[in-house]
Amino acid sequence: MLELINLTHTFERGTPVEKPALRGVSLRLGPGEFACLVGSNGAGKSTLLNAVAGTYVPDSGRVLIDGKDVTRLPEHRRARLVGRVFQNPLQGTAPNMTVAENLSLAADRGGRRGLGPLLGAQRWAWLRERVSVLGLGLEDRLGTRVGLLSGGQRQALTLLMATLARPQVLLLDEHTAALDPATAERVVELTTRLAEELGLTTLMVTHNLDQAISLGHRLLMMHDGQVVLDVKGQQKSSLTVGGLRSEFERVRGVAFSYDRAVLA
Amino acid sequence: MAVLAALLSGPLEQGLAYGIMVLGVYLSFRILNFADLTVDGSFPLGGAVAATLVVAGVNPALATAAGFGAGLLAGAATAFLATKARIAPLLAGILTMTALYSINLRVMGRANIQLLRQTTLVSLVQDQALGGDYAVLLFLAVAAIALAAVLWWFLRTSLGSALRAVGDNEDMIRSLGVDTDLAKVLGLALSNGLVALSGALVAQYQGFADVGMGIGTIVAGLASVIVGEVVVGEATVGRALAGVLAGSVIYRLAVFAALRAGFAPTDLKLMTALLVILALATPRLKRVLRLAS
Repeated sequence: MLELINLTHTFERGTPVEKPALRGVSLRLGPGEFACLVGSNGAGKSTLLNAVAGTYVPDSGRVLIDGKDVTRLPEHRRARLVGRVFQNPLQGTAPNMTVAENLSLAADRGGRRGLGPLLGAQRWAWLRERVSVLGLGLEDRLGTRVGLLSGGQRQALTLLMATLARPQVLLLDEHTAALDPATAERVVELTTRLAEELGLTTLMVTHNLDQAISLGHRLLMMHDGQVVLDVKGQQKSSLTVGGLRSEFERVRGVAFSYDRAVLA
Repeated sequence: MAVLAALLSGPLEQGLAYGIMVLGVYLSFRILNFADLTVDGSFPLGGAVAATLVVAGVNPALATAAGFGAGLLAGAATAFLATKARIAPLLAGILTMTALYSINLRVMGRANIQLLRQTTLVSLVQDQALGGDYAVLLFLAVAAIALAAVLWWFLRTSLGSALRAVGDNEDMIRSLGVDTDLAKVLGLALSNGLVALSGALVAQYQGFADVGMGIGTIVAGLASVIVGEVVVGEATVGRALAGVLAGSVIYRLAVFAALRAGFAPTDLKLMTALLVILALATPRLKRVLRLAS
């Protein structure tokens, strides 16, 4: 369960280039709820995800995961609770370490890292079994350096790494945007399967409106640091790309005419 | 044959004694991906601490261990500057290195300490029966290989693997819950501990500690790391570590050969620097040449 209470954040605060990125975002995602987040560039989507992941501390407001206030916990101390996949497939894996080493590091997410071997026989067998769910044949390439895998394989691996230790919340930041259509489809299929299987509260940023409508239980639209649209259930399944796009135009138009009014 | 062995035992011994320093440089430069210039100060720090304690009558093994300990602190200081004070890594190393110059003089009380008539680890090894003429060589080989083995074991543990990940993809391993600042403190402490330990052994081996003995340590270390990677490879941690020791020995043999060939000792640092430049620039050079053709 993920709860955001009146989050605000401004970058470069107090300087001439200050940019308000979040203006009072409140949001509650239930356990296992899967929400897609859309919005134009600069709407605050990534800033919102970063606040959940702990990349920075927001100016005000609170972040609760599973009822626990994590607002001020640094990123590495809330890792146990949050798994994340970025757009760039290179970002989520260590290229000079093997598939098995990457997975095993992820399996210890948020835990103590001691002087036992990273890869015992038991761990190896378990990883072999887990990685086979990807259907990419990686179970026979556990000793391969990740840098030798394709972008799609790396992204699928990152997704598995993000979910391996069963975090509470899964954050997906346009994680299929850099993949070719066929690979993207496989990764999306894998995403929904893993999120459902593990009952993860999932927040997925996407620019693909088709994807936003068809995936998950809920659709959120952000504009100018606020959530301007929040639909679920029946209402969501009856959405169309055209309808969503005109909604986009509408919120943007409102902002535009407001700007014009200010300038006039 | 015996003549050749006697001739080469010098550079071999040096290669192994300095090889421990190269293990430390490998740890910072390759594992943590942190170009750490602290080593030019922590190498003489180890020598200064060990030599001062030996002259004061402390057991040489303890004196050597104290050198290692001083190196741990020096590395931790650099890591602290780089992570908590957010000073650029190169500059953080330079600052610690510069500070260490004064500290090393303070530790020794003068610029140079002679150890020739003192009981050192090396004199103890020479005085015992085992190994004959090659006792020191044998001792240094066992020490270097044992340390490489410990490092090999450590880098495959959960903790050691997390350190490797810090150098490979820092954002990733932080998102997996590792305090990367703390990891760098640990890694650089260990790295400089090894470098200082090497300095302590080299001081006892050559019979003196000198405040200037650290100049060029980082470049010699990098040259050895690179030679090892080219000759032995780097596909696995074990291979890379074997390469580190082999690279150090080959480097000292090359230095020995250059001196025998009549090069002035003072020109060696220039040659070493050119070697490292060539090795580091080769990928770029290849690309430019390919574009030109």
